[in-house]
Order: sequence, then structure tokens, then C-alpha cells
Amino acid sequence: MSLRLYIWQRLTAALMAPLVLVHVAVIFYASRKGLSAADILGRTRGSIVWASFYGAFVAAVAIHASIGLRNVLIEWSPVGERPAAMFSIAFGLLLIVLGLRAVAAVVLP
Amino acid sequence: MRAARLQHRTGILWIAALVHRLAGLALAIFLPLHFLTLGLAIDGEARLNSFLRWTDAPLVKLSEAALVFLLLVHMLGGLRLLVVENLEWHDGQKQLATLAAAVSAVLAFILLVRAL
Repeated sequence: MSLRLYIWQRLTAALMAPLVLVHVAVIFYASRKGLSAADILGRTRGSIVWASFYGAFVAAVAIHASIGLRNVLIEWSPVGERPAAMFSIAFGLLLIVLGLRAVAAVVLP
Repeated sequence: MRAARLQHRTGILWIAALVHRLAGLALAIFLPLHFLTLGLAIDGEARLNSFLRWTDAPLVKLSEAALVFLLLVHMLGGLRLLVVENLEWHDGQKQLATLAAAVSAVLAFILLVRAL
């Protein structure tokens, strides 16, 4: 792994540690029995705080996961560095697109 | 000879590294599906609601708890790595790795009990 990718992976990891803690707290809260879509969306729609929080989370996880996937492909599969890099970039872009769409779905009024 | 070469694979920190990688891979596979289901809200509350009712099934709750375990064990294991790489070395890494797995398992279990 190049120094540049190593730094990006560690930076995004450090950024995500507190985000994961808050996300797990949200999961605990949302896992109460019978919580409806209206209950959840009523709290998230129109909220700049949740939009920023999950927007940053999606950006960080797309970078972090795609670098991790690249490393796993190079070390554990017969594919070379170039195909692994291309596949991981495509995966990162997929996460960004689907992730931001999901954030938009729950925060846009 | 072969047994000697593979001996390190019984070490706790080697297992912690393997768990960290496998948890990361599992989370990477899960994420697109997670985003797609949340995106259901674009088509209105009703579609997301019907999905949420599906997630009330006990087997789905069990899977959710397993995912929370994977998320926590990946995060806590990653934090341990960040500390090892950036701060002064401290002994007790095996105990810390075990503690990370134990805390993750306990929290995931609490989530499962609350949700069922």
C-alpha cells in the first residue's frame, strides 16, 4: 500500500471511530420494538445535523472501505494491483452514490 | 516444518488481525445493501415501513446483532491499531484485543435482547 493510501485509510479510520459510536447509539435507540418509518423520518427529515453527520460518514466509509478492499484483493486474490485498484475505485464510487442517495432519502424534507 | 510455519496462526493477535479483516470485508459487502434499503424512503414512508416490519423477524434481529458485533469489533480493533502505530508501545495488546472482542459481543448481545 502506498504511503498516500495508508494515510487516507488511517485518517478516515480516526474520523469514523466517534461516528461509529454515535451510529451504534442510534441503532440501539431505533431498535426499540415497533419503531415506524414515520418515527424515524420525523426525526431525520430537514435536519442539517443528521445530513452532515451521515454525509461525512458515507464519504469516510467509501474511502476507507475501498482502500481496505484493494489491500484484501492484492493480498488474498490472484488479481494484480491494477485490476484491484480499478475494482476498488468502482466500489468506492458505488458506495458514495448509494450512500448519498440513502442520506438524501432520510434527511430531505 | 509446515506446522512450525503455521504456528503463529494460533496467536491471539494473529486471530485479531484476521477477525479485523473478515469483519471489514463483511461490512463492505453489507454496506451497499444497507444503503439500498434506506434509499427505499425516497419512494415514501410506506416502502421503508414494510421493510422495517420485515426486520422484526427474529432471524433478522439476530443478523442485525451480528452486524453490530462486526462493526464494533472492527472499530475497536482498528482503534487499537491506531494507538499501536501512533503512540508509545504498551504491553497487554493480547488482553486489549480480547477485551475489544468481549465488549463488542456483550453490546451486540444486549442489542439482541432489547430488540427481541
